[in-house]
Amino acid sequence: MSDSVVEPVRGDAAPASGNGARAGSVEAATWTVKSGLAQMLKGGVIMDVVTEEHARTAEEAGACAVMALERVPSDIRAAGGVARMSRVDLIERICEAVTIPVMAKARIGHFVEAQILEAIGVDYVDESEVLTPADEAHHIDKHRFRVPFVCGARGLDEALRRIAEGAAMIRTKGEAGTGDIVEAVRHMRAVWAGIRRVESTPDDELPSLAKELSASLPLVQEVKRLGRLPVVNFAAGGVATPADAALMMQLGADGVFVGSGIFKSDNPARMASAIVRAVTHYQDAAVLAEVSRDIGEPMRGVAVSSLPPGEQLAARGI
Amino acid sequence: MGVLALQGDFREHRRMLRRLGVEAHLVRTPPELDAVDAVILPGGESTTIARLARSSGLWEPLASRLAAGMPAWGTCAGAILLASEAPGLDREPLGQMAMRVRRNAFGRQIDSFEEMLSVQGLAGAPYPAVFIRAPVFEDLGSAVEPLARLPDGRVVACRQKSLLATAFHPELTDDSRLHALFLAMARQALATGAAGPAA
Repeated sequence: MSDSVVEPVRGDAAPASGNGARAGSVEAATWTVKSGLAQMLKGGVIMDVVTEEHARTAEEAGACAVMALERVPSDIRAAGGVARMSRVDLIERICEAVTIPVMAKARIGHFVEAQILEAIGVDYVDESEVLTPADEAHHIDKHRFRVPFVCGARGLDEALRRIAEGAAMIRTKGEAGTGDIVEAVRHMRAVWAGIRRVESTPDDELPSLAKELSASLPLVQEVKRLGRLPVVNFAAGGVATPADAALMMQLGADGVFVGSGIFKSDNPARMASAIVRAVTHYQDAAVLAEVSRDIGEPMRGVAVSSLPPGEQLAARGI
Repeated sequence: MGVLALQGDFREHRRMLRRLGVEAHLVRTPPELDAVDAVILPGGESTTIARLARSSGLWEPLASRLAAGMPAWGTCAGAILLASEAPGLDREPLGQMAMRVRRNAFGRQIDSFEEMLSVQGLAGAPYPAVFIRAPVFEDLGSAVEPLARLPDGRVVACRQKSLLATAFHPELTDDSRLHALFLAMARQALATGAAGPAA
């Protein structure tokens, strides 16, 4: 996909800051500042880490951010039970260990977990379907927070609902912890198919399309004007190899989350730097071939098609 | 005009330049660097961009082009790479601007902010400066001219000959005056051939 297709612009769809014209007026946590950090992460790889040592390995490999967790998604799957926000002391130690941004996950709808993550100073909160949802009907009202949020989506409709709630960054849900890229591909294609549909819909038919998508009309109009989502859109959920990462970039992702794919592989340091290079040089097959050499075994996957319906995380929080 | 396109918000810089009638080239490889006369180092993560510049074979060519006087502008992470000193970066920066950069000088993301700034050389209203996990510039050498300060005096924009550094992100605004300023700086340096090695 050519660069021009994914040309992003400043996300002004959600409440923007009211800039005063006076020199010296300061405004914190504006929409520009919250969505702006995601702009800085673009073209990068965000890696799940469970220890400070992992975090340092990720930073050294060139990760643009880390996701601090007690367990990577494949272990969450294996463990079963209720998956909650990670321990505060663990997240704090990871924040201390690296200079790159640190993200952490809160349960869908669990606004107090998010308040705690904001209080300890994480740079981004992932309101994530990988954890057990705390609210079956409502997501967190993300406008109320100074910390920015990223949320998962399976298509344009979910993405626009999350943005309306205040998400400053979107990622595909994919199917976390499987190492199977099929769902991430499905969700990224669905987002772009939705955008193309909006672009080709006449202005006077946008209200009924917005109704069909259960999305706000101003956001649908914004998507038509921009030809893309008004916030950064990463791929997540099943990326296990440099080729998977480059595939998602060629399908129009702004960057990539890698969960279990790095620290469940044979040689995490090598896999991590190979995926970082693959995301930068995603259109250069010679570089992709080079970085795919001698990186050891990727994580052992589980085919999404073999999962019982109840074990698919992507259906949570729509 | 080139924009280093290894990681970060390089497309926003290209969008701003396009508004000024300049079609920028994205630089990911040494031949792409050879093809440009001036370069913007975008915002992003400085450790990530530095590592990718090494693995892409761009670090040494970039350092020698800058030493030979190629005009360059670094925003945030890009400014960190231009400095002579950047404590906490896991490697020496490119070292072309005589200053020390304090990374994440304002704290974590929740401490990021927008502020209207007076910038020397820009006519008209104050400039809408967006600071995201931003650095500040300290211990400026005599060749480095401060262009903008926060109310507390800390330097957040400066210039050394045809090198420009901003701690904030003009590419995230709708105000193209700083991009116009850099284009004028680069054109002047290239026209007069006066862009000797950075002092």
